Amino acid sequence: MTIKAIQEELIEEFAMFDDWMQRYEYMIDLGKSLPLIDEENKTEERVIKGCQSKVWLDAELKGDKMVFSADSDAIITKGIIAILIRTYNNQTPTDILNAKLDFIDEIGLKEHLSATRANGLTSMIKKLKLYATAYQAKLNS
Amino acid sequence: MFDLTTIRKDFPILSRKVNGKPLVYLDNAATSQKPQQVIDCIVDYYSNYNANIHRGVHALSQEATDKYEAARKKIQQHFGIAKAQEVIITSGTTHSINIVANGFSSLLTPGDEIIVSQLEHHSNIVPWQMLCKRTGAVLKVIPMNQAGGLEMDAYQSLLSSKTKLVFVNHISNTLGTINPIAFMTEKAHEVGAAILIDGAQSCSHIKPDLVALDCDFYVTSAHKMCGPTGVGMLYGKEAWLEKLPPYQGGGEMIDQVTFEQTTYAGLPHKFEAGTPNVCGGIAFGAAIDYLNSIGFDSIAAHEAELLSYATEKLLAIEGLKIYGTSKEKTSVISFNINGIHAYDIGTIVDKLGIAVRTGQHCTQPIMDYFNISGTVRASFAFYNSLEEIDVLAAAVERAKMMLS
Repeated sequence: MTIKAIQEELIEEFAMFDDWMQRYEYMIDLGKSLPLIDEENKTEERVIKGCQSKVWLDAELKGDKMVFSADSDAIITKGIIAILIRTYNNQTPTDILNAKLDFIDEIGLKEHLSATRANGLTSMIKKLKLYATAYQAKLNS
Repeated sequence: MFDLTTIRKDFPILSRKVNGKPLVYLDNAATSQKPQQVIDCIVDYYSNYNANIHRGVHALSQEATDKYEAARKKIQQHFGIAKAQEVIITSGTTHSINIVANGFSSLLTPGDEIIVSQLEHHSNIVPWQMLCKRTGAVLKVIPMNQAGGLEMDAYQSLLSSKTKLVFVNHISNTLGTINPIAFMTEKAHEVGAAILIDGAQSCSHIKPDLVALDCDFYVTSAHKMCGPTGVGMLYGKEAWLEKLPPYQGGGEMIDQVTFEQTTYAGLPHKFEAGTPNVCGGIAFGAAIDYLNSIGFDSIAAHEAELLSYATEKLLAIEGLKIYGTSKEKTSVISFNINGIHAYDIGTIVDKLGIAVRTGQHCTQPIMDYFNISGTVRASFAFYNSLEEIDVLAAAVERAKMMLS
């Protein structure tokens, strides 16, 4: 499945809910299916630090595809990172770097893009792409 | 008479909606909302008499200068300051603190000590660390206790002839603790140390009498007390302000300038380099007028009622713990619910129109003390109502259900 197709799938899933509360409940549920990072990998270099909540993110390469794992101490944040990982998992670094993420607004999570959410989507996407850049370089070398 | 309905009408923002719900603004410790009287003052300044001050001989400049200096007088009177030249109008608390920290660079020698408290905001820790780095002075910390108060025995044992400066907030932004500043001032003076008090969190709740208090410096920000952002004050005893070197060079702060030598202007201009925030200063005065028209006794009484009602309502929620249980505290409640991250609670209650603060509140040492990553902080102002506390309690209950 392409990143674009996964985004469309997420938009469809979230469209089933009428109000924010159900959307958040669904997001919290998605967080429960997050591929969890191993406890011993919760190290300084894998943490996305912020004032609000902590996120640990790890990535490895299987063949030419990226496989992510993560965790967070806050469950809404956990839901957000789960959604992102679902979008990016099992994709090539190049596809990840070229992908446009336009589903965030459509699934009603726009506020998580705000600069005040210092540890929000923006910094998570940045970290995901940082891993993709590193592995792309590795594949090309 | 304290009439909440009338008071709330003074604040246009309180009638707006957030996420489709009426705004419940409980982040007053971060910044206060502004009454129409202050907003009108700002509009009036730019509409009718905007000019640069202290220099022009034209009518507008004189009018703006008069209003600005009248605001300084209002600040002086409000805070119980002996002389108008002891009031330095700054860009806010952080700026004020930096003026003092920078000034002490030339007064300290290696081995001198500066005492701060464990309850300080990051902005109150960093300038002193920088000062210690520059001068070789040593930073000592007054420890806190479980209730969120400062250990006065420990404070007294830290004081010695090496102590040059004590720095403490009047009220903790995270916990609401009111620190015993009169006692602390007396003890600092006994060893010949100066004391600087951060009034950023107290100015909206307490009207201090700085002459009676006898502290050497006092700083605050207008935006915490219904005034605009970007303006605040530094109070210093005249003798201290004379002793400290200027912080920034520029216009306004000079007397004579040649390429060989410059002599500085007298107080307060020595510390007010460049064109000041004229409008902000004048609006700061308007905010002080507004608060005094309500009266600090009425404000204190209403806020005490809000605090006790909110404490009771929130503690009724199972698993909720309040941090900061000092007997002497203002209307700030920092809390967590067992097993739930503060950020999650903040996100859900925001969707219900409620503005609270979550996180460390720029006080990592307090979080480390309690061994927590953050709290939810609801801070109440005189314009908040008991009904809003009901909305908060219901929202927190709902968030708890969703998140556990």
